[in-house]
Amino acid sequence: MKVLVAAKRVVDYNVNIRVLSDNTGVDLNNVKMSLNPFDEIAIEEAVRLREAGTAEEVIVVSVGTSACQEQIRTALALGADRGILVETDEDMQPLAIAKVLKAIVDKEQPSLVIAGKQAIDGDNSQTGQMLAALAGLGQATFASQLVMGDGEATVTREVDGGAETITVKLPAILTTDLRLNEPRYASLPNIMKAKKKPIDVYTPEDLGVDVTPRVKTLKVEPPASRKAGIIVESVEELVDKLRNEAKVIS
Amino acid sequence: MDFNLNEDQVAFRDAARDFSDNEFAPHAAAWDAGHIFPRAVIRQAGALGFCGLYCPEAVGGLGLSRLDSSIILEQLAMGCTSTTAFISIHNMATWMIADYGNDQTIVRFCPDLVSGKALASYCLTESGAGSDAGSLRTRAVLEGDHYVVNGSKMFISGAGATDVLVAMIRTGESGTRGISALVIPADSAGVGFSANLEKMGWHSQPTCEITFDNVKVPVINRLGEEGDGFRIAMKGLDGGRINIATCSIGTAQAAICRARDHLLSREQFGSTLSSFQALQFKLADMVTELVAARQMVRLAAFKVDQGDTDAAVYAAMAKRFATDVGFEVCNQALQIHGGYGYMQEYPLERYVRDTRVHQILEGTNEIMRLIVSRRLLSDADIESIQ
Repeated sequence: MKVLVAAKRVVDYNVNIRVLSDNTGVDLNNVKMSLNPFDEIAIEEAVRLREAGTAEEVIVVSVGTSACQEQIRTALALGADRGILVETDEDMQPLAIAKVLKAIVDKEQPSLVIAGKQAIDGDNSQTGQMLAALAGLGQATFASQLVMGDGEATVTREVDGGAETITVKLPAILTTDLRLNEPRYASLPNIMKAKKKPIDVYTPEDLGVDVTPRVKTLKVEPPASRKAGIIVESVEELVDKLRNEAKVIS
Repeated sequence: MDFNLNEDQVAFRDAARDFSDNEFAPHAAAWDAGHIFPRAVIRQAGALGFCGLYCPEAVGGLGLSRLDSSIILEQLAMGCTSTTAFISIHNMATWMIADYGNDQTIVRFCPDLVSGKALASYCLTESGAGSDAGSLRTRAVLEGDHYVVNGSKMFISGAGATDVLVAMIRTGESGTRGISALVIPADSAGVGFSANLEKMGWHSQPTCEITFDNVKVPVINRLGEEGDGFRIAMKGLDGGRINIATCSIGTAQAAICRARDHLLSREQFGSTLSSFQALQFKLADMVTELVAARQMVRLAAFKVDQGDTDAAVYAAMAKRFATDVGFEVCNQALQIHGGYGYMQEYPLERYVRDTRVHQILEGTNEIMRLIVSRRLLSDADIESIQ
């Protein structure tokens, strides 16, 4: 069984995001970039499937500029077997990425696709679902547990009301929630071995995919900074303020 | 000439930082306060490759350059200075066995050492032989196929918690030529350990005096030939000095990050500290000196990698400069924090306590100046030191 994992290059979660002064986007100059943490969980899950003998091969795919090779290398160091980069300088939006991934799914015919439930840059949480629709695959999103069965997977999903357990037929797409697993550290020897693992490079044109952005970003603004709070004297005062000033209770 | 890290170095750096941020930094204060030697975490570090950084691949190490190793250790030191310093000493002692040991010794000790399953201490200093290491008196007498060792070693990092001792022992005449390097299992009969010595910093690793009472050591455990010990000790220390200098740099970087955040958030006299020029200039000086120190350490590491004949001089200059700068940067970062800097709730006072010893060990900074001036006043060309 082949597992395909999608991996996105994003601004590192430790970085303080700064908006460009002309409000056209986020300042990426000299900013540390990393593998999307949810995708790291996806890679870990795939590598565990291979280590358990359930999967034979783990392929990691990233879509973006040539710099995304760094994140593919990280994924290879964490245990993926080979990489695919779909290289483009275009501003890649969820639908375009989903279309590219669909083309890769057609090419590789994986039994399972695992992606993060969202990327921490745009927080869209759309790509996995769109891929499932485009490819006609079953989807199990926000997974916190995966049990592989015969031709199917039993997945526990984190939903608003608690946990929901569903079964999906394979091939299927899974998106990962935080509690699915705890990713391992890349070891130094595996970083060195990762250099020898192959990365195939395609362009969206090679795959016959039109990645033109469909959504135009008009303006990017930082959230309003929080105003200083006040200390209330009594519960009565608090209730009064909540009712009459904040108007959050009636 | 390219001063940027290459792709591998970036990957190593990020991996080390990830580990340090998650496994060292959250616990460093507790290890310090409780004098806890984090054996399990060091073993975990070993499994990831941090215990055999520059040991050759043939013995199970990673075969990395000293420059790569410095880049890695710097990131680890940002999380815990003392634990990283221990790991660096372990790397040095392990490398000595890998580089100078015979096949039998390598096969016996290296696999467990490079993987961190076993740990090593480096034993040179004695109570009467510090800077004047060549005057050491712990003696080994040859009896058939083994030595019988008597004497003691002082201020041994990790002692009591480590499994293997790489010890400099007198096997011949007085002076530096009568010294041999022996690998002594710490559980050998006759090896004794003092109580853990109370010290200013470096609390996450024990420091003890070790006594040798008729300890039998097989001759095959000798590194190199008889009389090679001092040369091996000094060669190991070239790398050891770069490692310790690196620990200062990593700690100073952590201190600067803290100081900068404090300047931006702490308000006095109606504005943040960052608006006061005296403090802006202080921060600018701190980071300027740190960048200079880091470049010097990397230059020295490069010289050791190249086998430059003046590598020891560069290592001495880098160790002197980077450990002085490192301590001063940590001290200034503490100053910026005011009263909070002095409190154990913040890591600044620990940074200061931990980096203070770097100016003393692996050769005091006075001995470093001796090495540099001796070279400069010799007959050799002095302009080749650049």
